[in-house]
Amino acid sequence: MNQLTISGSPHVHGDLSVRKIMCMVIVALLPALLVAIYYFGWYALRLTIVAVAACVLTEYLIQKYLLKGPLTINDGSAALTGLLLAFNVPANLPIWMVIVGSVVSIGIAKMSFGGLGKNPFNPALVGRVFMLVSFPTAMTTWPKAQPILEAGFFADAVTGPTPLSLLKEGDPGTLAASGDMQFLDMVLGNRGGAFGEICAIALLIGAIYLIIKKVIDIWTPLSILLTVFIMTGICFLVDPTQYIAPWYHLVYGGLILGAFFMATDMVTSPMTTEGRIIYGIGIGAITVIIRLWGQYPEGVSFAILIMNAVVPLINKGFKPKRFGV
Amino acid sequence: MAKKESTLKNMLIALMVITIVSGGVLGFIYNLTKPAIDQVEANKNLKAINEVLKTDVEIVKTETEVIDDLTYNLAFDAEGNFIGAAVKTYSMNGFGGKVELMVGMLQNGIINKVSVLSQAETPGLGANMVNDKFKGQFDGKDPKNFTLKVKKDGGDVDAITAATISSRAVSEAIQRAVDGFEANKEQFMKGGDNE
Amino acid sequence: MSNWKTFTKGLIKENPILVLLLGCCPTLATTTSAINGMSMGLATTFVLIMSNLVISLLKNFIPDKVRIPCFIVVIASFVTVVQLVMQAYVPDIYETLGLFIPLIVVNCIVLGRAEAFASKNPVWPSILDGAGMGLGFTFALTVLGSIREILGSGSIFNLRFLPEDAQTILIFVLAPGAFIALGYLIAIVNRLKKTK
Repeated sequence: MNQLTISGSPHVHGDLSVRKIMCMVIVALLPALLVAIYYFGWYALRLTIVAVAACVLTEYLIQKYLLKGPLTINDGSAALTGLLLAFNVPANLPIWMVIVGSVVSIGIAKMSFGGLGKNPFNPALVGRVFMLVSFPTAMTTWPKAQPILEAGFFADAVTGPTPLSLLKEGDPGTLAASGDMQFLDMVLGNRGGAFGEICAIALLIGAIYLIIKKVIDIWTPLSILLTVFIMTGICFLVDPTQYIAPWYHLVYGGLILGAFFMATDMVTSPMTTEGRIIYGIGIGAITVIIRLWGQYPEGVSFAILIMNAVVPLINKGFKPKRFGV
Repeated sequence: MAKKESTLKNMLIALMVITIVSGGVLGFIYNLTKPAIDQVEANKNLKAINEVLKTDVEIVKTETEVIDDLTYNLAFDAEGNFIGAAVKTYSMNGFGGKVELMVGMLQNGIINKVSVLSQAETPGLGANMVNDKFKGQFDGKDPKNFTLKVKKDGGDVDAITAATISSRAVSEAIQRAVDGFEANKEQFMKGGDNE
Repeated sequence: MSNWKTFTKGLIKENPILVLLLGCCPTLATTTSAINGMSMGLATTFVLIMSNLVISLLKNFIPDKVRIPCFIVVIASFVTVVQLVMQAYVPDIYETLGLFIPLIVVNCIVLGRAEAFASKNPVWPSILDGAGMGLGFTFALTVLGSIREILGSGSIFNLRFLPEDAQTILIFVLAPGAFIALGYLIAIVNRLKKTK
């Protein structure tokens, strides 16, 4: 029993179980899923179903036939990984690629390390980065948002650039003036991109629900967002023709999805508040560096994975205080 | 033979004998393989030149000229007429840094063929520039009515999917070769007659 | 130990890559295709056999205190021979393997066998040991190269079995894919050894 105890006694019994937490996170992601279905129709729905099913099935097969151990697919963690994975890819991605990503997420990133609670890296992000490196064309060809009320539920995907890839290739000054990047569209989700990340408002509604329910902690996302805002703000002040205004950076790409739903993953983030703030600053800084000067237009997933690797060190530096000492 | 003690004398002898013998063996092998290696090096250059300047006319003689930062491999036929030049050109604006190309320019200013010498682009994206699907589009094009810019920038070049930056770098490198070749063409054509 | 055992132990039981984990740098770097992996393996095998042979012959002539520099000189000479010969007669493979040919000098497995086996054993077993270890190394590299080539390029020994523009899992021809594939290969070998 000794190895399970992280803090000293006394302990209070919490009524949150793994299953309950996972269900709450999935519920919190539903608004974003609905928005995604509104803009990408059938593609978004199909991809989500496939990713969730593939993740759960992979975990089931590995536990049943390879490990021959107890089955834990009912705790919902595999389903959540599938949902997050689907949220991070373009809606028109071929089905088999999502299945490869799901198998990598669960098989390599989670089960190889011993299953839930033992994985050092966020499984969904490992799957996403694996796909990004393996299928660069498909993973960077983003469909345009087409509201299903106008285009129909089964409308063919039309591809177009994301705001961040436009930024990478073009000149920020002229882009900000053109119609391609309206702040309101960005917030509401009417833009190209991975289908779960497009609507900042829907994601924030879910995030607030989780924060109120105390499933996620405010410090990690807050320090990420503040770091990104301050760093891009300094760049913007130094040279507004070269860099775009910081508030755009907050709503572009997967920052909100990453900060609230991926970086806060309980298994792969630090235990204490101080640790979480350092972890968040690290993620924010790496994200900005990759976005502004790196090869890829978006860096949130890489930033979170890199900081995941540092978490054990952070935990060593910032141990939870013992009660009453 | 009993094991030698580690005395200074024994150590010196052992090291000396071993280094001298291996030095001798290496010298022998070096001389043995040198002609073949030189041949390979020469062939490699010639192969690239022949590839990008491949036409009906046989290349008999080549000479190399370096003007500014481009290398021009001039090719002449049996009568000493100037066929064209394989221009080694580059762009620093690739996604992964420097991109080096060999561009075959015919004497009438038409691009004959393009070959990629070195690149460090993303595999699966920009690295697809080595495929004929992309670089084949330059074959036989006249730069006067084929604008060396990607379509997005108002040119005629079909960019590689999701790799506009790499496509731009290739276009820029070819444009550089075309400009350099046009500027020095007169001199090259004379060069053949002198010899 | 019988001669036969000396030869076969390097193939699986003490396989340099899959069991001893020696010489992982060239393994990860050069196995982008089955042919590259095999050429690297064969080049290393040649160096292993020759250096084992020479070091075993010289083992009494070399005083203990200077044995490491002596071994390295012998190994480096053979590596240079391999490099020159490859450059002259198989320039294409030489170009793809590039830097990793001279790096055979610092491959742990070569010096490891010289130190652990050839300097203590007669000539004939030393040659067998070098050959066995070298072939085990070649085997591991070829398998790893094949896996990466099949998944990453859709071909095997340069024979393409997928359509020209079919999407493959590119990560396997890149560095991270090498680590993933090697990790699972070692896991499978460990599992097989356990059940035996």
